Amino acid sequence: MNLQFLADGVVMGALIGLGAVGVTLSYSILRFANFAHGEFIAWGTYMTLVLTTAISTLFGGHTGTIGPLSFGWPLLVAGVAAAALTGGLAVALDRLLFSKLRSKGNAIVMVMASFGASMALRSLLEFIFTSRPAYFTRDIQMAVPAGLGIRLTPDQFFLIFLTMIIVVVMDRFLSLSATGRAMRAVSENPILARVAGVDVERVIRATWIIAGILATASGVMLGVTVQIRPFMGFDLLLPLFAAAILGGIGSMSGAMLGGLIVGVAEAVAVQIVGADYRAAVAFLILIAVLLVKPSGLFGVRE
Amino acid sequence: MILDLITYGAFFLVTALSYGIICLGLNVQWGQTGLFNVGVAGFVAIGAYTSALLTTPDVVERFGGFDLPIWIGWISAAFVSGLAAAFIGVITLRLRADYLAITTFGIAITIQLVVLNAITITGGPFGIGFIPRPFSGLQEHPLLFNLANLSLVCGITGGVYYALERLIHGPWGRVLRAIREDEAAAASLGKNAKVFRLQAFVLGSAVMGFAGAIQAHFIGFIAPENYLSAITFQVWAMLIIGGSGNNRGALLGAILVWALWSITGAALGLIVPAEYQARAAALQIVFIGIGLAAILVVRPRGLLGEVTKVSRVLIDR
Amino acid sequence: MTRALLDVDTLEAGYEPGASIVRGVSLKVMAGEIVAVLGPNGAGKSTLIKAIAGLVSKFSGCVTLDGADITAAKVHELARRGLGFVPQTENVFTLMSVADNMRIAADVLPKASRSEQIDAMFELFPDLARQRQLAAGRLSGGQRQMLAVARALIAKPHIVMLDEASAGLSPKLVGQVFSKLAEIRAIGITILMVEQNAKAALALADRALILVEGAIAHEGPAKAIAADRSIGRLYLGARRSEGGA
Repeated sequence: MNLQFLADGVVMGALIGLGAVGVTLSYSILRFANFAHGEFIAWGTYMTLVLTTAISTLFGGHTGTIGPLSFGWPLLVAGVAAAALTGGLAVALDRLLFSKLRSKGNAIVMVMASFGASMALRSLLEFIFTSRPAYFTRDIQMAVPAGLGIRLTPDQFFLIFLTMIIVVVMDRFLSLSATGRAMRAVSENPILARVAGVDVERVIRATWIIAGILATASGVMLGVTVQIRPFMGFDLLLPLFAAAILGGIGSMSGAMLGGLIVGVAEAVAVQIVGADYRAAVAFLILIAVLLVKPSGLFGVRE
Repeated sequence: MILDLITYGAFFLVTALSYGIICLGLNVQWGQTGLFNVGVAGFVAIGAYTSALLTTPDVVERFGGFDLPIWIGWISAAFVSGLAAAFIGVITLRLRADYLAITTFGIAITIQLVVLNAITITGGPFGIGFIPRPFSGLQEHPLLFNLANLSLVCGITGGVYYALERLIHGPWGRVLRAIREDEAAAASLGKNAKVFRLQAFVLGSAVMGFAGAIQAHFIGFIAPENYLSAITFQVWAMLIIGGSGNNRGALLGAILVWALWSITGAALGLIVPAEYQARAAALQIVFIGIGLAAILVVRPRGLLGEVTKVSRVLIDR
Repeated sequence: MTRALLDVDTLEAGYEPGASIVRGVSLKVMAGEIVAVLGPNGAGKSTLIKAIAGLVSKFSGCVTLDGADITAAKVHELARRGLGFVPQTENVFTLMSVADNMRIAADVLPKASRSEQIDAMFELFPDLARQRQLAAGRLSGGQRQMLAVARALIAKPHIVMLDEASAGLSPKLVGQVFSKLAEIRAIGITILMVEQNAKAALALADRALILVEGAIAHEGPAKAIAADRSIGRLYLGARRSEGGA
């Protein structure tokens, strides 16, 4: 049996996982399901695209590529800058919209507001860039053997490696830094956190920034391996929610594992029933989790 | 000229009122019960496709049609949409409120996939044509045809409105509001609270499916692209702007938003060059999105708020 | 007359405007004192202490801490300004380790003194020191209460407020917790406690206030109140004084 599909599933799963970590953090700290998270992914990617083009143009297009990868350093620099900008976008959206509704204490109105914001942000991308797909690069890469008869492109190797680094950094950040501690505290018990001296508004800002950074990483990975479209984030949203709920809301490792499971399950489904119904896999996983164990694999609350 | 205007007016109102009925369904779920359904497009699509399959003449290359009378199609549409809602509701209504939002979002996407890919049943991207239109014998006379349809849709809207008002102001509606407003009341009802929520969710979705069928039969043609998330979004904007919790607000919002949508659409069509039409349409959605968010922040009760005063303390604070 | 450490002046507070639960309460706590707020169920004791801690809206009146006005201070600022609060329930982060519970509270201190202060707390609560890495949710009820108190002490407060510290504990554990409170007072920390367990509280406190229907009905030295049977009968209920709420 050809296991090649597993490789694509793992790469897809890694980027779903990164997005889902952002979803699970913002869900557990802000206490609502943010439907605009997909738009952070798309905006982060388009900003990376614009900045990459700008940097390359600035250097007269002579920036070359890094070793065997399909892209050069401008993409990495642009990605970092776009991640920061996307964090800023999330904070701005919170300031303009969510913070005004937060005081009213109705989570479902915030879900609705995020749904409206997602529609507006996505359509704005469509207005600016049209719905035609864009690409970081159009080069075709040669895949190299990675064992078990699986071949990976150098880009895929790099992205899996990058995901691992991000996961380790995030894990260290959450378990050891003061901000990470404060985030865990607010996620478990916001009132006690305030009593203990945690500035919840500051934690919320940090959470949005992290969500924006992870969304950008996830989107750029998708942009490098597939393509860039205004709907790219919207189409990822259901897999992200499925992964976050499967892993257990609030659990970072759960979201990452959930992402991998969803990504690989999609790849398996494509093998069995074809690509047409790929997007339904996340829905089936979601329904199964809600039926069997709504708190998810590592969840502490439903 | 005047006749053309009346014909267009009737056509406009039929479409707006069919959205109005969807809004009435959504109002049972959101306005009365506080359930957030992000899958309106899905339930509308289920209704439209069910009725289309049942009532279209038999076609060789696709499963069905069964050539049944229109009214059977409409009733079945409501029934099948309600059934889908029952499936989702049983699984998610016992959980956190946002899980319903996520799951309905998921079912809308899944239904979109099915109508797009199950070509032998749904016609795939080409959709289903030749859906029988009410009063098709009058099609030669656009004015009469549109007026006949308008009176039919008016009658149906009035009927649905009246039935829902009766329900909402009766004991059933009172229980729903008690569950929505008061955690303690919900808790004291225990398991029953879930049953009431489920009933409201199923009823609302059935109304949406019914409205979807009416739309399909009025237009005579359906395709997957009519049931994208933009529809969900428009219906939500209609309800929130008109005033959630208030059935008259729901209808007013539907007519108002549809008028705005049609006028801006027509204006953009005139002003914007053809190659930028898609972009202009995107801009329309941006404005509705901003409008929806602004209403939520500034005037959460919409133009016509809920008539009851229970929620005033909660909402105005 | 010396200035009070905590001074509450005609405070009105509650959950909805126009429906004050705390009605015009004034109280002073001097440095080094233990003051107990007693009263029947529903008298507004918890609402009073939560209002001081910033968790319940204050409609009018004024609260000063060591001379500074803290009436409108944000909840998280109070920890920095020297007011520690131990809620009645959900007063530890159950998913976090004992050590992380301590660190969260220590994060309000300057970096240099954090670990020193955490060590000092583990010295004061040796039971907790043995379970640093355990998730706080797995501690026993008494140890959990100790951790909640320790957490409130880490930020070096001038005053610690406790909301029903004895609730849900066995008489033996109440004794342990209260003797720890006596130790804490001995190192110079002022305590304002709301208690249902009047007998134990009066044995520990210097002064007591009796709150009835949101207003102070009686106040005086703890010993005098403990001795006055009519007060016990009128406000505290005979059964209440026998321990555990």
